[in-house]
Amino acid sequence: MASTTPTQTDTAPPVSRSERSTGRAGDKIFAGLSKGSGILLLVLMASIAAFLTYRAVIALSKNEGNFLTTFDWNASANPPVFGIAVLLFGTVVSSIIAMVIAVPIAVGIALFISHYAPRKLAAPLAYVVDLLAAVPSIVYGIWGALFLVPQLAGLNLWLDQYLGWTYVFEKTQIGVARSLFTVGILLAIMILPIVTSVSREVFLQVPRMNEEAALALGATRWEVIRMSVLPFGRSGVISASMLGLGRALGETMAVATVLSPSFLISFHVLNPGGGTFAQNIAAKFDEANEFGRDALIASGLVLFLLTLLVNGAARLIIARRKEFSGANA
Amino acid sequence: MSHALQDQRPVRAPKSPAPASLTRGGLPRWAPTGIAVVSVALGCGAGLVFGLHSKIQWGLLAALLFVAITYTASAVVENRRQAKDRVATSLVWVCFVLAVIPLLSLMWTTISRGVKVLDGDFLGHSMNGVTSFEEGGGVYHALLGTLEQVALATLIAAPIGLLTAVYLVEYGRGGLAKAVTFFVDVMTGIPSIVAGLFILTTWNLMLGFGPSGFAGAMALSILMMPVVVRSTEEMLKLVPNELREAALALGVPKWRMILKVVLPTAIGGIATGVMLAVARIAGETAPIMLLVFGTQLINGNPFEGAQSSLPLYIWEQYKVGSEASYDRAWAAALVLIAFVMILNLVARGIARWKAPKTGR
Repeated sequence: MASTTPTQTDTAPPVSRSERSTGRAGDKIFAGLSKGSGILLLVLMASIAAFLTYRAVIALSKNEGNFLTTFDWNASANPPVFGIAVLLFGTVVSSIIAMVIAVPIAVGIALFISHYAPRKLAAPLAYVVDLLAAVPSIVYGIWGALFLVPQLAGLNLWLDQYLGWTYVFEKTQIGVARSLFTVGILLAIMILPIVTSVSREVFLQVPRMNEEAALALGATRWEVIRMSVLPFGRSGVISASMLGLGRALGETMAVATVLSPSFLISFHVLNPGGGTFAQNIAAKFDEANEFGRDALIASGLVLFLLTLLVNGAARLIIARRKEFSGANA
Repeated sequence: MSHALQDQRPVRAPKSPAPASLTRGGLPRWAPTGIAVVSVALGCGAGLVFGLHSKIQWGLLAALLFVAITYTASAVVENRRQAKDRVATSLVWVCFVLAVIPLLSLMWTTISRGVKVLDGDFLGHSMNGVTSFEEGGGVYHALLGTLEQVALATLIAAPIGLLTAVYLVEYGRGGLAKAVTFFVDVMTGIPSIVAGLFILTTWNLMLGFGPSGFAGAMALSILMMPVVVRSTEEMLKLVPNELREAALALGVPKWRMILKVVLPTAIGGIATGVMLAVARIAGETAPIMLLVFGTQLINGNPFEGAQSSLPLYIWEQYKVGSEASYDRAWAAALVLIAFVMILNLVARGIARWKAPKTGR
């Protein structure tokens, strides 16, 4: 090393240069910091899965019931008995109802903003729909419980009267509309903005050439949409719906306020009762002892994996579309 | 898509009769308005005659009549294709109206029921000594808690999110960057209650800390990080490459280039993204419920003891279920919505005011 020091002192310019520009060390620190925070995010995701699994394993090892098929949640009792069957059912059913209502409407709104609304109004109208996303979920919750539930009494009667033969819409229990169906409607309103905004982005990316070609052939506006916009946007709409589904699955407060929980599985969606993962955690947390908490964490882990699957799949579809369509080139 | 065009056209074209003249048989411009008026009148009339109670049913009836009359009229005067087009147009409009109705209803309910007890006293007092069934009390402790928790969450999440975005845009190549991008996207979908459970297992159950505002802030920061990363990333991508190249050509080291050129150029958009993220976490209830616990007293120290927060306060008051507590819940909801909306509007304002300077 003795030989290098003289050479540096001999050549004057490099020395003064290295004294002035302190950039190299700074570069390393900054690059390290930014890379580190990226890695931190990955570690965070991994540790969420790891820690939840760890507590869940403790809970499951002491469970006297079957975690998948037991229709009960007495985790704080001795011996503890709990199962996620009802929660899984309620979560999936309410989310499906939400999807059935929200996706067609969201596609309609997205088409409205991208193709029907007057040009100047399109941006403000899009903002109005985005405002729906800005409303906190607890406010949706009390609005749903105190305003929507009484309003839906009439609709419930009507559905029971005319569509009761479908079994699904048969209302066999008397009671206010604190049912999975009402929860589904509320969730539909809550996931509208995300489904709308993602679909809108996709519809706006449809190559102008396709639309103009259709118009030039004499197609009406609806035919343009059916022949060029919808086929192009199909995968985008699918992934948008799955993002919405992810939101609906994990929604807590809106469900907790509206639903009157019960540990029963019933396909009569108008009957009050049922439960979802998130709602159950919120409702049972206060009264749970230490072991009860572990049981709730176990159900939280199932919810986490469920949303992870749905969201991951949605993102993969979006990513694949970006690669192949060339729209984002 | 082009296949669809080729497939459809030849089949359809012969079906539609060739128009005698280009202007033949179009419905007049006022037709939609006229039909709307007629169908609303018919809908209300039918509603009265059949004694339907709900005004919603009247509206539904009118809407159905509108679609039916439009289709028939257009099919008779114009042709089936035009008729379908008109029906599609009205359906798309209906979709938009359907989205606006709940928004307006929610706003109206919150405002009309919230202003009842909302005044200076409500904002300046806690619930200390107020039993849940009597009137009075306020949200001061909850407002304070929300502000502190959100500020702490932002302090944690914003730097990490910003640095991650810088990594993805300026440094990230290869597998790691792809993994980070994917998991940031997936992370935006984590249910808030799961984030709460995670902090509960680590901070409270493993490390043995009690409930505090800081624990809630950590859970909120998990929810906030991916949002900040995504929005910052979009903004950094908008910064023109010429600016970067010019700076590097002048011999500026990369980190100074990022700090002095890239970030200042995009600062407006970054601020907007952070504020939108703040607006999103300010309304989160579930993690706060698990980690902050809630109290009726004013606790200004987020690191020690239970705090309250606006969303949690709404939930507690809702659960009590008395008239007075419902009033308080609505008033707190109004405060929370106002807080979130102001953040939103300010964020949009900044975005417009400091739009990134592109296309030079």
